[in-house]
Amino acid sequence: MPIVLIVAEQQPDGHLRKATLNAISAGRTLAEKAGAELHLALLSKDPSKLAEELKVQGVKAVHTAAAPELEHYLAEVYAPVIAGLVQELKADYVGMASTAMGKDLMPRVAARLKAAMATDVMAFNGSGADISFTRPMWAGNVFAEVKLTTPVKVFSARATEFPASTGGQPAGEVKAFTPKLEASKTKFVDFKEVKSARPELTEARVVVSGGRGTKGDFKEIEALADELGAAVGASRAVCDAGWVPNDLQVGQTGKVVAPQLYIAAGISGAIQHLAGMKSSKTIVAINKDPEAPIFQVADYGLVADLFKVLPELREALHKLKE
Amino acid sequence: MKILVTAKRVEDPESKIKVKPDGSGIVQEGLKYKINPFDEIGVEEGLRLAAKHGGEVVVVSIGGKEVQEQLRHALAMGAHRAVWVNHTGTLDQLALAGLLQKVAEKEKPDMVILGKQSIDDDQNQVGQYLAEFLGWSQATFASKVESLESEQEKNKVPALQVGADGKTVRVVREVDNGLATLECALPAVVTTDLRLNLPRYASLPGIMKAKSKPIEELTPEKLGVDVTPKIQVLKMSSPPPRKAGIKVPDVATLVDKLRNEAKAV
Ligand SMILES: Cc1cc2nc3c(=O)[nH]c(=O)nc-3n(C[C@H](O)[C@H](O)[C@H](O)COP(=O)(O)OP(=O)(O)OC[C@H]3O[C@@H](n4cnc5c(N)ncnc54)[C@H](O)[C@@H]3O)c2cc1C
Ligand SMILES: Nc1ncnc2c1ncn2[C@@H]1O[C@H](COP(=O)(O)O)[C@@H](O)[C@H]1O
Repeated sequence: MPIVLIVAEQQPDGHLRKATLNAISAGRTLAEKAGAELHLALLSKDPSKLAEELKVQGVKAVHTAAAPELEHYLAEVYAPVIAGLVQELKADYVGMASTAMGKDLMPRVAARLKAAMATDVMAFNGSGADISFTRPMWAGNVFAEVKLTTPVKVFSARATEFPASTGGQPAGEVKAFTPKLEASKTKFVDFKEVKSARPELTEARVVVSGGRGTKGDFKEIEALADELGAAVGASRAVCDAGWVPNDLQVGQTGKVVAPQLYIAAGISGAIQHLAGMKSSKTIVAINKDPEAPIFQVADYGLVADLFKVLPELREALHKLKE
Repeated sequence: MKILVTAKRVEDPESKIKVKPDGSGIVQEGLKYKINPFDEIGVEEGLRLAAKHGGEVVVVSIGGKEVQEQLRHALAMGAHRAVWVNHTGTLDQLALAGLLQKVAEKEKPDMVILGKQSIDDDQNQVGQYLAEFLGWSQATFASKVESLESEQEKNKVPALQVGADGKTVRVVREVDNGLATLECALPAVVTTDLRLNLPRYASLPGIMKAKSKPIEELTPEKLGVDVTPKIQVLKMSSPPPRKAGIKVPDVATLVDKLRNEAKAV
């Protein structure tokens, strides 16, 4: 039987990165179409706890590698281990969520396997051995259906296009394998986490984003986000100016989000920004320029000064709760 | 230091991309072309490193004869010489990385700087493939700690920090939830993120000088690389349009719609 292998991602704090669950659903969709088994790979200094969490995700097996060298993720260390596992299992497909790690790692794994790769896969088409992938190009202006013709096929899955896996019985087997460790020419120096009490941008039910129109004053954006229990996002202009941390950037080259509600204030709606939020369920745009392109994708547009209406909106929403 | 930088020719990011009715590609008419924005950042970083540590910046582009425009642009920014891999027709990331591997083996740079992604293919792969093919260390999504409005940026200080012994480079990377720092042994492959630097404009003297700088021509055959595509684009389509929205006159209407129509709050 063919095999689909999904690589799980452990965050620096030891928890599972949630996008892994979306990647598992992507893997399951692919496995159903390809008539394949779904397997997981987990690399860690100590994978035992996460492996228990993962084995109940409706998978055949969780293959774990444990080694001190796997504590801090490095592409050069992880790639040979995963490629080795793919060869051992004779897996046909290997994929991962399109996170920063997924984007850094999977092409290196693919290179090792002389395999072709599709990035940010949104859907799988066809059945059996005849599978193609749908993926965005030109900042999401184009959806391309692509076929990979190498024996092993590698992909990263866009988390917003697949629901988070909610588990499945019977529990899969946890199988330890010996990682093929190679000396790395790169050393991990440090990781500076940007801590936030707000929900994670890619996981939040509501996102409130600010653009250059805020002139760097994010107080009202943040206050509205807190009223809604929302995550804060931003346009590139805002991140470039250093007004907010880089990893809040939404767009073609930042995070892709698809919350129930996306509120964009003082954002013009450049195609690169739209690429990261167009699939949101409901979009609200607040902009003082009635011609701003953001209004073309907004379900509800409010032509107004954000400094005036954001406090009003927050108070009105607060009153709803009373 | 010798630094190899890439310069892909792509559609101007401001242009409106439309799919041909038969799904065979995009409508080319009326499009303007530029150097991939991430590659322009790579050229800038290469120039800053060469200015600080001495050495040479070699720019490489793969494509038909039109890519010489992007090579000239990089030369006008200040790159010393160019390599053009002449090939017409689609190339996938495996082929591109294979060609760049041969160019790197020939040029023997201390560092190859590429963009993290090309804004047409949006694959985000070539740098990582190249690092693996060469067996070199890899640092993707290079960024800088200081803001693009900082003094360091105004003074064109390189963000990539080469060690005192010239054997390593420290790279700060934009990753999920923060910044990760790596130390790579040289030679290394680095890919740029948006906030690494603000690329300079080509000056008029720069443009004049670029005209006489050499462009070496190579081909996949000369480099001995099989470029048969392993990624086939079967069909392109336009994303489904969003249904048209409405403008609301005030906050009260907005809240009402969000509550009773969208059921979003
Ligand atoms: C290679 C590349 C990649 C990119 N990737 C991304 C990406 O991932 N994400 C991204 O966001 N961008 C990205 N961009 C940048 C993008 O093209 C735009 O430049 C950027 O999104 C603009 O940000 P903005 O809307 O905040 O600013 P602007 O375009 O300057 O818009 C500001 C808006 O605020 C409005 N405004 C001003 N004052 C007020 C007020 N008081 N009240 C209400 N409205 C007000 C104005 O009318 C205007 O519409 C990328 C660009 C390139 C070339
Ligand atoms: N035809 C090309 N010529 C030169 N460099 C390229 C070419 N195609 C891709 N690259 C480089 O590879 C990077 C990543 O591209 P991609 O993996 O296609 O998103 C780009 O930013 C370029 O630096």
